[in-house]
Amino acid sequence: MGVLAAFWRRYRRNRAALIGLAIVVVVVIMAFSAPWLFPHDPLRIVGPSELWPMQDARFPLGTDSLGRDVAAGIFYGAGTTLLIGLVASLVATIIGVTIGALAGYYGGWWDDALMRFTEIFQTIPNLIFLLALVAVLGPTIENVVLGIGIISWTSIARLVRAEFMSLRDREFVLAGRAMGMSDLRLIATQILPNAIPPVIVLASLIVAGAVLFESALSFLGLSDPNIASWGRLIGEGRLLIRTSWYICAIPGVAILVTVLALNLIGDGLNDAFNPKLRNR
Amino acid sequence: MAPLLSIRGLTTHLFTDEGVLPAVQDLDLDVIQDRTLALVGESGCGKSMTALSILRLVPDPPARIVGGRVMFEGRDLLTLPEREMRGVRGNDIAMIFQEPMTSLNPVFTVGDQIVEALTIHRNMSPREALDRAVELLELVQIPDPRARVNDYPHRLSGGMRQRVMIAMALACEPKVLIADEPTTALDVTIQAQVLDLLRDLQRRFHMGVILITHDLGVVAEVADRVVVMYAGRKVEEAPVDALFKAPRHPYTVGLLGSTPRPDAAAGRRERLQEIAGMVPSLAEMPTGCAFAPRCPIAMPACAQRPALQPVAADHDVACFAAHEPDHAAAVRS
Repeated sequence: MGVLAAFWRRYRRNRAALIGLAIVVVVVIMAFSAPWLFPHDPLRIVGPSELWPMQDARFPLGTDSLGRDVAAGIFYGAGTTLLIGLVASLVATIIGVTIGALAGYYGGWWDDALMRFTEIFQTIPNLIFLLALVAVLGPTIENVVLGIGIISWTSIARLVRAEFMSLRDREFVLAGRAMGMSDLRLIATQILPNAIPPVIVLASLIVAGAVLFESALSFLGLSDPNIASWGRLIGEGRLLIRTSWYICAIPGVAILVTVLALNLIGDGLNDAFNPKLRNR
Repeated sequence: MAPLLSIRGLTTHLFTDEGVLPAVQDLDLDVIQDRTLALVGESGCGKSMTALSILRLVPDPPARIVGGRVMFEGRDLLTLPEREMRGVRGNDIAMIFQEPMTSLNPVFTVGDQIVEALTIHRNMSPREALDRAVELLELVQIPDPRARVNDYPHRLSGGMRQRVMIAMALACEPKVLIADEPTTALDVTIQAQVLDLLRDLQRRFHMGVILITHDLGVVAEVADRVVVMYAGRKVEEAPVDALFKAPRHPYTVGLLGSTPRPDAAAGRRERLQEIAGMVPSLAEMPTGCAFAPRCPIAMPACAQRPALQPVAADHDVACFAAHEPDHAAAVRS
């Protein structure tokens, strides 16, 4: 509709954000085309090991230490990696919005308790906390996603709290209350829709962060060994980094480019949402 | 006629760092069906706090209702559980606010917001609710309501937005409407239109209206009865004609004197009288009559607080000098 068209017009103005969007679209297409381009399981051994890129036309990106196709790993890994990033960001957003909304709306005792709770999470180093969580819960894909969500929600909670604190005293909230709305209804239907734009921006950046966290976990060999994420490719290439460095470098570049693209999208969304920049 | 809404001894205090401040003190009001009760006074005299107290919407902290009763249909609203109170707000007693610019949610269309108001208290399908929203917009005389339901608030003028607010307030056909400075933010021609509309809708829905304003022109136009408030207390209450013809409290006299009157002695220009001084801050309230420091006819007795007493049939005043025949003239001179 009109609103979306106007939003797209503002987003389009940021050229870097368009490039970011294009890259992410390519990554998504890669993910969906993987089963057609590489009908075999990406974890299956299909050729000689440590074949460098361009050596064999069947394996344009070479093979890894066990003779698995790196290109297949990249294509299959695209979907897994993005999905991990998106779901982890969603987990972080749900936790962060809930805690931030309650703290910001009710203030007082609620605010104190919830913000001290948030600070406890903020003071623990992220990666160490994530390692501990995954080590305790077990290295399954669900636990990895949950763990990344648990270490990423604090910034969203703080942002949502600040938004709620400024929005809760606005007159339309009082008007809603005078119409007989309950607190929950006010929070969900009146205040949250006004607070959501900056949350979307932050959530898009958390997707990028989550991709990096998953890669870091995989690199250390602590992620789910049964999923073909880009991080796992790096992790398995680590042992051969002195000789066959391309096994690490190729997924590494894929992660770099994707994370950069996600950050560009975040900037573009910020510009598109920010009314002060609208008429620039 | 028995009042729809009967307020007795309403007292709301502000609990601040400087101590407990009385925002509303021992206030009695009666709201009658089909009638408009105007609540008049300067900024900070407790008018809005009274309105918010009736619906139990005072900002807590710092404000808290500490005493009194608000009787509505045999129930005391001040002791009602919050859940039941929500069923009263918007449904039986609705409120419209001063700032039409900020009272509408900027991210929803006008239609969405009226639909929302309808679905709080009524079980309606989205289709029915939208049709009703269009009807309501028509009722508040918004042209082309079918198209306007899809507009966002920022596309509408102040007067249109206030009409939308009125439509939302009337969505559930309340019995009492509290209008807190409904026309203050609008320019004069729009003011008159909105007041006409309110009066029209009042007749149609047989509402009791509490009109909060500092504009005596508005009072003269629409009110049936006037309560003058000063520093959280009622200082004078009378039917509108009696109040304008024979104001008894020096504060009321001052208010009327500071209002331009086109009808007074045509051709002769009179200087507007201002009331000297300022409303005392709630923290520095004199122990006696709160108006005494600004009162031109203050006397030693004013160190005690005068009680509200009848001075004529249906005319109450809280002033020691109210019975003295020519005091009003003394105030004016």
